[in-house]
Amino acid sequence: MDLIQYVHEQITPAKDYPSFKAGDTISINYKIVEGNKERIQVFKGDVIQIKGSGSTKTFTVRKISNGVGVERIFPLVSPNIVSIEVLKVGRVRRARLYYLRGLVGKKARIKEVRHNTAKG
Amino acid sequence: MNGIIGKKVGMTSVYDNDGNYVPCTLIEVGPCVVTQVKTTDSDGYSALQLAFGEAKAKNTTAPLQGHFAKANTTPKSKIKEFRNSTLSKQLGDSVTVEEVFAEGEKVSVVGTSKGKGFQGVVKRHGFGGVGQATHGQHNRLRAPGSVGASSFPSKVFKGMRMAGRMGNDQVKLKGLKIIKILADKNLILIKGAVPGHNGSFVTIEK
Repeated sequence: MDLIQYVHEQITPAKDYPSFKAGDTISINYKIVEGNKERIQVFKGDVIQIKGSGSTKTFTVRKISNGVGVERIFPLVSPNIVSIEVLKVGRVRRARLYYLRGLVGKKARIKEVRHNTAKG
Repeated sequence: MNGIIGKKVGMTSVYDNDGNYVPCTLIEVGPCVVTQVKTTDSDGYSALQLAFGEAKAKNTTAPLQGHFAKANTTPKSKIKEFRNSTLSKQLGDSVTVEEVFAEGEKVSVVGTSKGKGFQGVVKRHGFGGVGQATHGQHNRLRAPGSVGASSFPSKVFKGMRMAGRMGNDQVKLKGLKIIKILADKNLILIKGAVPGHNGSFVTIEK
């Protein structure tokens, strides 16, 4: 495995994104190439799983688009990801939020982590 | 034919220059040692014999130990001949990846496939099984069906495809593209899968 790690150190450029975990709401700026034109598309949704390790790590983002659930899997080292922004930190009790697929509407919400700020 | 011996490390995937995510196999190749140079005059054909992979001396037969001593090298575990090689090498020289291959080239990879054990005809030969799964049918779903006619010819023909040992055969895959060569660690990245377990020997040919 060390040799595979070495190959990725040589080939795959290291990316610096904010850390996030399952349950967080993130928005991804994703580069789309159409012919010779390039444009940036935003994909905003909840992270429902983070899978793999090292340079083959991927994460799945789920959003509800026009009443239809849409999931998209992104490789973390993809050169097409321009930037990732963490919008909300969710409070969840599992690493894989597959149960969200069976829920709609208000039930499909994720509680946000609230930090107690000391009263001045 | 030029070639080199390698050891399969494992699979991973990388992005190529066009932004495609490519599955590929990492192979540790060489440096191999030339253990014999065969020529048309002395052997009837021309070939370069290469050896790769460290072996313990106590596990190497005395004749082979002498053969390796002649090339002034330590005992090796894998020996392979490459006929009509265009490399000009002497006995005891080492052969590295970049001398043989370049990035973007198409190569063939020869290896021993993973053993699957005793398998039925559906997995081994791609048979469809017999009949339906439902409508009262039972126990014939993965059966081979008829193996021949009756009183004539009164025998089952040789070579009839039946159940048996599967895998552990020599397999050659052609037209695999070299994605990347990392010469300082003697590594080569080849697009797609390669026969055999991780750690098994493969030969890469042009």
